[in-house]
Amino acid sequence: MDNSVGTVTAQRATFDMPLTFRSGAVLPRYELAYETYGTLNQDRSNAILVCHALSGNHHVAGHYAGDPKSVGWWDNMIGPGKPVDTDRFFVIGVNNLGGCHGSTGPSSIDPKTGKPYGAAFPVVTVEDWVESQARLADQLGIRQFAAVMGGSLGGMQAMQWSLSFPERVRHGLVIAAAPHLTAENIAFNDVARNAILTDPDFHGGDFYGHGVVPKRGLRLARMLGHITYLSDNAMADKFGRSLRSGKLGYGYDIEFEIESYLRYQGDKFASYFDANTYLLMTKALDYFDPARVYDGNLDKAFSAARSDFLVVSFTTDWRFAPERSREIVNALLHNHRNVSYAEIASTHGHDSFLMQHEHYHAVMRAYLDRVAGEFSS
Amino acid sequence: MSAHDHAELAAARPDFAAIAAWIPQGASVLDLGCGDGSLLRYLKDTRSVRGYGVEISDPNIVACIRNGVNVIQGDLESGLSGFESNAFDFVLLSQTLQATRHTEPLVQEMLRVGREGIVSFPNFGYWKNRMNVLRGNMPVSEELPYQWYDTPNVHLCTLHDFEGFCRDLDVTVLDRRVMTGSSEVKLLPNLLGSTAVYRFQRGI
Repeated sequence: MDNSVGTVTAQRATFDMPLTFRSGAVLPRYELAYETYGTLNQDRSNAILVCHALSGNHHVAGHYAGDPKSVGWWDNMIGPGKPVDTDRFFVIGVNNLGGCHGSTGPSSIDPKTGKPYGAAFPVVTVEDWVESQARLADQLGIRQFAAVMGGSLGGMQAMQWSLSFPERVRHGLVIAAAPHLTAENIAFNDVARNAILTDPDFHGGDFYGHGVVPKRGLRLARMLGHITYLSDNAMADKFGRSLRSGKLGYGYDIEFEIESYLRYQGDKFASYFDANTYLLMTKALDYFDPARVYDGNLDKAFSAARSDFLVVSFTTDWRFAPERSREIVNALLHNHRNVSYAEIASTHGHDSFLMQHEHYHAVMRAYLDRVAGEFSS
Repeated sequence: MSAHDHAELAAARPDFAAIAAWIPQGASVLDLGCGDGSLLRYLKDTRSVRGYGVEISDPNIVACIRNGVNVIQGDLESGLSGFESNAFDFVLLSQTLQATRHTEPLVQEMLRVGREGIVSFPNFGYWKNRMNVLRGNMPVSEELPYQWYDTPNVHLCTLHDFEGFCRDLDVTVLDRRVMTGSSEVKLLPNLLGSTAVYRFQRGI
């Protein structure tokens, strides 16, 4: 692939200082898997942290040695000459705590028991993630990020960074996000969780010891999620009412192309993703609500922020609709923050933030050029 | 932007200099239909304003970001509901009034959100425009560069029209500057001025 950061290697950082979660739970020791691209400049001012969404991880750009197909999930955004230009920025991707791609999570071994944490792994919040990411920044010697960015749940982390560590973020790039989930959003997450929780192979979260994986539940959860990340139009364009065999079968096998697609996506996901991680991620989404401690007043919540912001939404995103981004923008306006907001016309629904899109990338590039203009390379 | 760029910009857009002259250092400004952000950038550089622009066009959003100004993508015609009352010292509408569909509610919104409003617009009463109409054609000029069939301008007016409009809306005109090119016009402004800039507030 052109303009790729090329071959990358995942790294691992160990933290021996206990981390106290919002829930009160304590993790005495943990590891975070991360990747970096580009070079940290002399005064350590060109670092960008990329936060991932529900199913993402630290492998953001490039590919692994000997596996050219293992392309990072935001490779179209990050690389030499791309909007997040690795010739100028030092970019960090990190697998969140509770993840299943190398960072300590439910499938990791609990040193106390010698078995996977499973159900014993604490429920993680966005605040907890930001806390753990800040410790990674400390280890890497980064006092202040040029930018913290992310889409969806990743955008929530970017926002939280600006609230938890106002002095450590110069720019927050909040893409396809919301200041909190709506009841409808939580409802979707709960159906997904129920699919997993009621799978007989789930075993209360301790399925590892039983030699099984709650694949059926995870698959259903992913199928449901996937529907909500697309738009009605995108699905109609891609699949319409097409039948795989061209005629009705009068049964319950896969007939419509959309069924085939969703089941394929569900199976693929269930083959590599951890069910407990999925539960944790959806819970973190549900809990995120910086205005909660201010009686729902988002203006007050953002009064702590000191960074500048770029907020981006997509017209066909009904899971995190443009109106939700406007709530963020308005709260920033009321706090006199520097903020720009772009509403991108895109057909791909919530997933648009991951897509190659000329105007969207032009907006990102323009903003990040500005960010890069503020430090000497 | 350098001082030279500013001089060039002020020459190209005389209404910019007129607007800037009314805006004190450090004021807060909302620029509606801010285009590529040139005016905001000019005011930021010359008046240190804290400013935001509202703009609908995609290429202009990118241009504003490149210009280093805050821009919020949105449609003026659907109101300024995201902005709190009295949030800004000045709300600007530069060369956009004539292209707005809901002109009356927009001017009301300007004065809800801002302490003062400033608008600039091409004077349809300018003698060259009148000559065109007398000759039987819609005017096409530097200030009105469109053909009748592709113009975004749906609410063209003269100085007299705008002042009548303000009276009807109980809006007090505080100041006015009429220009042709970059020179100020004092004599028979509604006939001899091609561009008008008004500064106004809610009726007192």
